[in-house]
Amino acid sequence: MMQSQKEKAELIREISGVNPSKCMKCGKCSASCPSFQEMDIKPHQFVSYVLHEDIDALLESKSLWKCLSCFACVERCPRDVKPGKLIDAARQMVIRQKGADYLSADEIPELLDPELPQQLLVSAFRRYRR
Amino acid sequence: MVYSYYPGCTLKTKAKDLDAYARACAKVLGFELEELENWQCCGGVYPLGSDEIATKLSSVRALAAAKEKGQDLVTVCAACHHVLKRVNDDMKNVEDIRFRANNYMELDEPYAGETKVLHFLEILRDRIGFAALKDKVVKPLTGRKIGAYYGCLLLRPSDRMQFDDPENPSIIEDFIRALGAEPVIYPYRNECCGGYISLKEKDMAKNQTDLIMESAAGMGAETLVTACPLCRYNLNQSRTQEKVPVVYFTELLAEALGVKAEAAETNAEAAADAKGNTKPEADTDKTEDMQEGGTQS
Repeated sequence: MMQSQKEKAELIREISGVNPSKCMKCGKCSASCPSFQEMDIKPHQFVSYVLHEDIDALLESKSLWKCLSCFACVERCPRDVKPGKLIDAARQMVIRQKGADYLSADEIPELLDPELPQQLLVSAFRRYRR
Repeated sequence: MVYSYYPGCTLKTKAKDLDAYARACAKVLGFELEELENWQCCGGVYPLGSDEIATKLSSVRALAAAKEKGQDLVTVCAACHHVLKRVNDDMKNVEDIRFRANNYMELDEPYAGETKVLHFLEILRDRIGFAALKDKVVKPLTGRKIGAYYGCLLLRPSDRMQFDDPENPSIIEDFIRALGAEPVIYPYRNECCGGYISLKEKDMAKNQTDLIMESAAGMGAETLVTACPLCRYNLNQSRTQEKVPVVYFTELLAEALGVKAEAAETNAEAAADAKGNTKPEADTDKTEDMQEGGTQS
């Protein structure tokens, strides 16, 4: 069943537990973000997109795969909006669809090197696929 | 004092030394790390979605097992610590998660976040005390300039982790001082190493760790110390010319307490044992299999 933008916005709010209308657009999240340069939609813009229920753009954004979940934006947000949780919720919405995983087991062998810790594999699998 | 101990996947494989030094140091410091039976991998990262339940159950099992033994639950790995502490927080404070996780678990008594989760560094600070630790040091690391690398997972989000000041932490610097060395403060000590991004976006992680390494070296650090195997791996991938060696905090501790050689020996034996036993048993070392796959491709 196709979901409307409004329903998707509702879902992203629900998964993240975030209320984007608390944002006062100070930009501290984007200023703090170590992946800012790599992101097509920046953390502070992410909040606005949810507020304006423009969710399809977020689900297609490469920012989902650039976020480090380092919680710098979560920690430093003066309004407790937690943009990182919104990004993760969008990521979840993508990978919860059938066949939409961002990482497959077949890719793993060529990504390995002798020093690579197990922790990296389990973490990536948890963030990138269901 | 006996603590329940949750080593985690990486301390059983790539970071055996982090584990071996921790155990050896605990003995010297007069507490025991009793490894939980049948612990399962925490998943490495905390599942952020508010509807995530199944991904939290391995942590709940470990937390409930420690509760049953009436012990605090200790971790050494920063990632395991982060996941266990936050899942515990959910079980304590989020009714929906507590209700649904307990429905899955079918424990004799529902789990509601009763276990205290402690990082090894917190034992040193809050239970033993850095002054008392200093008295136990037999080989002070005098003259060494050591930078603490905190990364994200120990500190953020601070309202959940309650570990230290997230922007100006001091626990590892105090630890370094207790061992007789000189802590080096540098701007990037609590910035992210890239974390799991280094699997698929290797350059992004290197951009991060280049900044951290340059910052640490620029301020005069000769060694960096961390509690996280992934931080250590990412930092070691840095492309900077002036590369500072990265060691686990338990290694420095073992050195200062005079048990480093002994612990390293046990660790080498354990590693050799594991290697000798891999082939005939059904429980083969998956890590090695994966690595072989990696070199072939």
